[in-house]
Amino acid sequence: MALPVAFFGVFFAWPVVSIVDRGLRPDGAWRFGRIGETLSRPDILDVLGFTVWQALASTGLTLLVALPGAYVFARFDFPGKSVLRAVVTVPFVLPTVLVGTAFLALVGRNGLTDELWGLRLDTSVWAILLAHVFFNYAVVVRTVGGLWSQLDPRQEEAARVLGASRWTAWRTVTLPALVPAVAAAALMVFLFTFTSFGVVQILGGDAYSTLEAEIYRQTARLLDLPTAAVLTLVQFVAVGVILGVHAWTVRRRETALRLVPPESTARRPRGAGQWALLAGVLVSVALLILLPLGVLVERSFAGPDGYGLGYYRALGSLDESGTFLVPPLEAIGNSLRYAVAATAIAVLIGGLAAAALTRRRAGRLVRGFDALLMLPLGVSAVTVGFGFLITLDEPPFDLRASWILVPLAQALVGVPFVVRTMLPVLRAVDERLREASAVLGASPWRAWREVDLPLVRRALLIAAGFAFAVSLGEFGATVFIARPESPTLPVAVARLLGRPGALNYGQAMALSTILMVVCAVSLLLLERLRTDRTSGEF
Amino acid sequence: MSIKKAAAAALVAALGITGLAACGTDDVRGSAGKTDQPAPKTVTLVSHDSFNASKEVLADFTQQTGFTVKVLKSGDAGEAVNKEILTKGSPQGDVFFGVDNTLLSRALSNGIFVPYEAKGLDRIPAAYQLDKEHRVTPIDSGDICVNYDKKYFADKKLAPPQTFDDLAEPEYKDLLVVENPERSSPGLGFLLGTAAKYGDEGWQDYWKKLKANGVKTVDSWELAYNQEFSGSAGGKQAKGDRPLVVSYASSPPAEVLYGEPQPKVAPTGVSTGTCFRQTEFAGLLNGAKNPEGGKALIDFLISKKFQEDMPLQMFVNPVAKDAALPELFTKHGVVIEKPETMAPEKIAEKRDPWIQQWSSLVLK
Repeated sequence: MALPVAFFGVFFAWPVVSIVDRGLRPDGAWRFGRIGETLSRPDILDVLGFTVWQALASTGLTLLVALPGAYVFARFDFPGKSVLRAVVTVPFVLPTVLVGTAFLALVGRNGLTDELWGLRLDTSVWAILLAHVFFNYAVVVRTVGGLWSQLDPRQEEAARVLGASRWTAWRTVTLPALVPAVAAAALMVFLFTFTSFGVVQILGGDAYSTLEAEIYRQTARLLDLPTAAVLTLVQFVAVGVILGVHAWTVRRRETALRLVPPESTARRPRGAGQWALLAGVLVSVALLILLPLGVLVERSFAGPDGYGLGYYRALGSLDESGTFLVPPLEAIGNSLRYAVAATAIAVLIGGLAAAALTRRRAGRLVRGFDALLMLPLGVSAVTVGFGFLITLDEPPFDLRASWILVPLAQALVGVPFVVRTMLPVLRAVDERLREASAVLGASPWRAWREVDLPLVRRALLIAAGFAFAVSLGEFGATVFIARPESPTLPVAVARLLGRPGALNYGQAMALSTILMVVCAVSLLLLERLRTDRTSGEF
Repeated sequence: MSIKKAAAAALVAALGITGLAACGTDDVRGSAGKTDQPAPKTVTLVSHDSFNASKEVLADFTQQTGFTVKVLKSGDAGEAVNKEILTKGSPQGDVFFGVDNTLLSRALSNGIFVPYEAKGLDRIPAAYQLDKEHRVTPIDSGDICVNYDKKYFADKKLAPPQTFDDLAEPEYKDLLVVENPERSSPGLGFLLGTAAKYGDEGWQDYWKKLKANGVKTVDSWELAYNQEFSGSAGGKQAKGDRPLVVSYASSPPAEVLYGEPQPKVAPTGVSTGTCFRQTEFAGLLNGAKNPEGGKALIDFLISKKFQEDMPLQMFVNPVAKDAALPELFTKHGVVIEKPETMAPEKIAEKRDPWIQQWSSLVLK
């Protein structure tokens, strides 16, 4: 317990508090008047209004598109299901730079929709909403679908036998069991879209700005720390409220439901209606998720004289102009190294936190810590990054020029995923098993090895995989931290996109494709490992 | 400490060790492993993301002085300067490279640099030396100019525009894409260029004309150049339809160098009467841990060796008189004889109000 608390204190609370303090207490006296001043500015009110509006709209749209998907993934068996499930999760860990580029190619000028129907959505709010659905589709499918696949269909059948209509049976049996999961998923989507940064930066143009993008603008561009501090506080409160409600719904969800292995509930679709539903979901996945990803892949092969591997070959060579001091291919090695370190840190901190949270004596205080662990998901990466700059400059924490800072920042985002994955499994380990092995003379170490490890091993691997994927795609925090000459994949992509010439553009697309494949493969491996007890909650 | 926790800690410690071991090898220039205290033999250069230098040249510096250079990239130019202001007195490195004339006043008035007169400064024309106290040393210069798509104008049998005035002419309606000056440094340079040309009051009228003539605004140079502009390789792929874009005088050579395959002539040209001169400076940071190394590094940045390496690394022009341009630049680039310029103090004073006026004029 002490280690996770210390970790969060040093690498999260301290930097954030320092930067807010710098803004609100410039000369030793608190200036709370600034909060009111800032919040009455019309431009700030516009930003707040738009942030809430687009998050609500994105959440609604995501639920609308993804809930049928969740049902199909949960209840139907069809060829290629596990591959598809991995594919829909890929967007969630893709860097926003990439998503922005893909969406511009899709709905921007002369993008696909423009060519087909003369439809252009770039710099419109629709592009932002679509990109948000693209990102968060997996959140709903995994959270709701995961539970749905484990609800015992026989309960509904029993209600039917007792004379309930199909609709009544679903409404009275299945729906109440699903509501907490849907609420939790919706809150998570709301949280992610409320704090959206990259998507809004790239697709929003000048017209739209969210709270997160505005914090970045005020800090990095205008150096207006007071305004940034006020906005950080506002976001903090909002995120706190969302997480509080989320924790409450999750606890509701942990009530005893009769869960069965997912394999037993999925079956092949029957009848025209079900086939149509399956087809509809597959088409929506194809349009919404495969198409943007496909555009990137297509462009990575499209050389000036037809399709070929030219851009991929160029990645391995050091061009004499030296965009990098290393060939871009080495960025893959860097990314993997950072990701391994970030995963180790996240699993260590998250694992310890989860272990502390499952102890029977865990009181309210510890449960509050559970919610605290989720905060990094919603607190501005900009604030944390700049906080690092002004706090971690003295021994023993003089880490600003050190490579470890990047994995540390990435681990902050990874920990919540680890905790979410580990908690349900750890809670399910029966204390009496340990006691029994102790009675039989096993040492504590051996008891743990023989009892706990086999039970939590898969969850640990899944948690590690998630942390790994999150770290691979993490762009926000990574890009704010000054880093030694070792770019990660997303940063390398951004850098290539920022230079003129066909070769750089093509290489950016090729690197993006590689990143996508790495993410997809690691997620596919996770699919193989999924525990049968739980699908991990977001 | 419960059993479970101890065990979990042990397991995870094992994981952690393997993870760290994986990072402890062949990291770039061995930055892993020795983190907390930079050895006195290391000098740290903080810069923006566009900084590049070839390995051989940096190795030369190490041979000459015994100092190893460590480069920290800190975001785009504005962001990097703001980070130095935030960490004033406890900087991330010894030398900062990349503060340009649009940001110079802010950097100087916040006192992030200490004076140092570099060896060999006499080889740099006085026009570049904007700070008489030598808190900063000029390193490179570049020009922000409108680029045009040669093919488009040849096909249309239309002469490409050459001056600011031309851009507002009806035959160039709906052809120009510019960047938002608040978010992009070429965008800001172009705005300052128009203000230098038409005066503090006149620039707004000029922009009204540009707006009536269908100027398009996007957020970043990347979007403008690689998506909207029809003359660049990326823009061709994205089917960009604007044959005029605000970019750099050095963009055509870059198009040649990165062309796939390399074209014989640059596909783009430069409108030489639309340029604003940007100069980039380096300075010794206030509170540097290794000031001796920092001074040696600044001397090196204006040495002939480094100055001649820069153009192909960062697409900028050297400021030292004895540095020759590479063939790519002499063949495909243009020398801008009369760029617009503006005093850094004036930029500092006017920049924010102008950007606000520009926003309400052009974006609304």
